[in-house]
Amino acid sequence: MDNAAITLNEPLMPHEEAVSGRDPHGHVMLPQHRHHFETEEQQREAGSFGMWLFLLTEIMFFGGMFFAYLLYRNWYNPAFVVASNQLNVVLGAINTAVLITSGFFMALGVYAAEVRNRSMLVWMLILTSVFGCIFLGVKYFEYKEKYEKHHIPGVNFNISEFVNPPIDAKTHKPDQPAIAPDMAQKTQIFFFLYFGMTGMHALHMIIGLGLLVWLIWRANRGDFSFGYVAPIENFGLYWHFVDIVWLFLFPLLYLINRHPLK
Amino acid sequence: MANELAQHHNPHTDEHDPTNVTNPEHAQHHIVTPVQYCMVFGALLVGTAITVLAAEFDLGVFNPIVALAIACTKAVIVILFFMHVKYQSRLIKMTVGAGFFTFLILITMTLSDYISRAWGQW
Repeated sequence: MDNAAITLNEPLMPHEEAVSGRDPHGHVMLPQHRHHFETEEQQREAGSFGMWLFLLTEIMFFGGMFFAYLLYRNWYNPAFVVASNQLNVVLGAINTAVLITSGFFMALGVYAAEVRNRSMLVWMLILTSVFGCIFLGVKYFEYKEKYEKHHIPGVNFNISEFVNPPIDAKTHKPDQPAIAPDMAQKTQIFFFLYFGMTGMHALHMIIGLGLLVWLIWRANRGDFSFGYVAPIENFGLYWHFVDIVWLFLFPLLYLINRHPLK
Repeated sequence: MANELAQHHNPHTDEHDPTNVTNPEHAQHHIVTPVQYCMVFGALLVGTAITVLAAEFDLGVFNPIVALAIACTKAVIVILFFMHVKYQSRLIKMTVGAGFFTFLILITMTLSDYISRAWGQW
């Protein structure tokens, strides 16, 4: 094994070429290997550790919103029940599957980087992005419907559908129980949390999609095809975390009280 | 000799590192296979279907509990396999566990404050 073997690999960045070579202990240094780490594996572990610490702050960030949801759902349960039934369960379920699919391709992307398959990595990252975009597209139509029905909290919020539920054409009965106007006002809290939580989730996805474009460009350049997996792996952690947030948002927002509709 | 032993126990790392450059120490590193990922993918889709189905039945107070239990199961599957925590070092496992544990403490303490604030005044 000599240094010639290293030069076969694409250097990470041209200006870091000088770093590669052998350290005083005779270890082979890769371009991505920082000098303050003993080994590649130690560097990788430190990177994962740092990424997880960041994700813990994200747990606290989303956790605060989940706690607000928990409290208000208990205080204003009738309002949360009728407001939740306004959400489209079919679209929500489809979006859950779309997001899981996106995460699946992300996981395969990490695998592709591990086995140093450049074209597979690029395609997996592209598929991850495509399914992420589909999710946001569906979300757009869901938001649009809320806008048209004046279900966005604020001065234009319309409680009429909760005070006087529309009569079902077949059964000639209201499709859900009417609630008093003061409780109906509390549906604004549900929609405030709905837009806040799904909006912050969507913002995380938009940031992730931006990072994906950058990673696809770098992966195509060959940056991650010679054993340098850390950026792909750590982005994967972020993407999967965003998936997990949605795994909780979907049942909590869309499925509060489906059975009375039967 | 030591290297040979390490290689013997760790075929994954060396298979894709023929020049022995990336990981001269042959430290443990696990690559989750696509077959495993497919199984996880299937499990998550099944979990989603069960969540939607379970919501259609009137289980009383158990509706949100069932929904949360399924969501937690799915989250654990994602964390263990998609996020590779099952194959990480103890440091990473402790970090992940500590994060969720701290979150539970925060929820419990805040909730006990809300529950007990007007204690005896109703």
